[in-house]
Amino acid sequence: MDVDTVQLDQGSGGRATHELVEGLFVSAFRNEYLEEMNDSALVSVGSGRVAVTTDSYVVDPIVFPGGNIGSLAVHGTINDLAMRGATPLYLTAGFIIEEGLSLETLRMIVLSMAEAAIEAEVFIVAGDTKVVHRGKADKIFINTSGIGIVPDGIDISGRNARAGDVVLINGTIGDHGMAVLCKREGLAFENEIRSDSAALNRLVHSMLEVFPGIHVLRDPTRGGVATTLNEIASQSAAGIRLFEEALPVRDDVAGACEILGLDPLYVANEGKLLACVPPDAEEPLLRVMRAHPLGRQACRIGEVVEHDAGRVFLRTRIGGHRLVDMLRGEQLPRIC
Amino acid sequence: MEYLDEYRDPEAAKSLIETLHRRSPFDRQIRLMEICGTHTVAIFRSGMRQLLPDWIRLISGPGCPVCVTASEDIDRSIWLSRQPGVIITTFGDLVRVPGSSSSLHRERSRGADVRVVYATLDALRIAEENPSKQVVFLGIGFETTAPTVAAAIRQAAAQGVDNFSVFSAHKLLPPAMRALLDSKDLNLDGFICPGHVSTIIGAAAYEEVVSRYHIPCVVTGFEPLDILHSIHLLVDMVLKREAKVINQYRRAVKWEGNLAAQRLIDEIFEPADATWRGLGMIPGSGLKIRENWSTFDAVKRFAMPVIEVKEHPGCKCGEVLRGVMTPPECGLFRKVCTPGDPKGPCMVSSEGTCGAYYRYQG
Repeated sequence: MDVDTVQLDQGSGGRATHELVEGLFVSAFRNEYLEEMNDSALVSVGSGRVAVTTDSYVVDPIVFPGGNIGSLAVHGTINDLAMRGATPLYLTAGFIIEEGLSLETLRMIVLSMAEAAIEAEVFIVAGDTKVVHRGKADKIFINTSGIGIVPDGIDISGRNARAGDVVLINGTIGDHGMAVLCKREGLAFENEIRSDSAALNRLVHSMLEVFPGIHVLRDPTRGGVATTLNEIASQSAAGIRLFEEALPVRDDVAGACEILGLDPLYVANEGKLLACVPPDAEEPLLRVMRAHPLGRQACRIGEVVEHDAGRVFLRTRIGGHRLVDMLRGEQLPRIC
Repeated sequence: MEYLDEYRDPEAAKSLIETLHRRSPFDRQIRLMEICGTHTVAIFRSGMRQLLPDWIRLISGPGCPVCVTASEDIDRSIWLSRQPGVIITTFGDLVRVPGSSSSLHRERSRGADVRVVYATLDALRIAEENPSKQVVFLGIGFETTAPTVAAAIRQAAAQGVDNFSVFSAHKLLPPAMRALLDSKDLNLDGFICPGHVSTIIGAAAYEEVVSRYHIPCVVTGFEPLDILHSIHLLVDMVLKREAKVINQYRRAVKWEGNLAAQRLIDEIFEPADATWRGLGMIPGSGLKIRENWSTFDAVKRFAMPVIEVKEHPGCKCGEVLRGVMTPPECGLFRKVCTPGDPKGPCMVSSEGTCGAYYRYQG
């Protein structure tokens, strides 16, 4: 029998499952809540409103430059909590594994999750493992749920953008999507494009320390900056105007997008946040963001306006204006 | 990218626009057609239209390969996808174009094996990996993509991959330009000629059109400055009643084009009559696979039935493709025809005129 790969009986709930859970997951995620090994973990969250979120990760390929499905599953859920101003505390992790996945790959993924959790100061307190027949899942799918606590006085929501607000971003756009696409399609460019996958909770924490009145925070993941801003514009019933020359895009990402006919505005990010804040908060926020490793290239990319409620416009480099619509379907490479 | 940024310089662009505004206005509109869909999108993305003087009218032409694919070719692709043991490989946009009663996208959700590839050689690789299946590549595109398809056919022959074939619906641009000029309702003053196609066929390919119809042609790059520069060159020629081919995109396009690619096309394909959506049958405007390569011709390999074509009755893609109607003038536009539920190809394709109006103009 091949012992280098995940076997069906490791998801059956019997001894093999037990060994996998004890030997890999518990030892990697080690913490007092998980180690109790009861049917559910008991945690205390202190006072304040509790933020709850869940997300499933099915990225293909499961390993990409700058991360893997495990680190992404931790970062993504932490970021969803952080975007409400919550301090993330606990995560759960559910694994659906295709029979035959190499144990070494699984171990690598689990260890990256543990590392990402430690770095972001959250505990993975509960989990589940299922193994399905070959072909019934694609290598590994991970679901993570998270809870965090929102301090009193913080009111961050996609509905809170106000005309006059400025729109800030903490760095370059499109890195994650292009890293995954290039890896998936075997597209080789001079330099490897790396995903920006990262946990943003500590950056958000330092932003809230200097300015707790942030109106909106959103992470522009699937659908990219354009789609997320459209959601904000629509939820807040306000217009948003972007400045083309201000959009930060890495040269290699811009080059790859150029070749494939993609618009970086629609390409996914996993370590970026968009903030809508009153104009007088721009300077202190940019200062604290730029002092943080995940915000060195933070800048203002646009503003919230009264007209064109629900829509996003771009002022182009040459001074024209165009609509920036929500992503529809998938962005596809051009054919001529 | 520094190289490209030079062609996006805002100050230079503004001064070109100002110069255009300062030119004495004509007593009539100057009607310029950008043939290529990539130009249409570049013009929208830069927001250039609203900055130009109102005596310059930019008209989008039939240069989106997905859009001009005839409905019968879409229907035949769908028929192919329903044949047992067939894997359809194609470039992305085509998958969502509605045929008479379905689309490849819908067929895929019903179980057809339709795969989007980024390069023709990927289709050949799929054929090698699936020796028990028939892999058909849908050859849609202009002179730009034809050489890569020709190369794949040659490689399939060299490697003995006999389960690979191509359904060739390739189109040639110069014959379409002639057809547009023969139709009396367009009154064009000049052509902004495509950049990518011209890298293959060369600027020289437009000389025949220029001499026969006395119409200025400028081969143009895709950055805002390229397009503005070309508009200047075209306006100059119109003013002087001159007609010649100018190659503005010299950093990519040679006068004679890419001779190796031209030879490759010529080795595998021969010109054939082709039906264009919106323009009808244009003599010599398509490419069919030559007889001695016909083992790779899907038309020969599969006994395709004649399919009666039904297009959406209100769809004006034909008029849009000929430049005689703009998308907002179509009764379906934005009301029942949207990128999420397209009724015609011009709304589907990322380079389609309707899609560009919808996405960028609001």
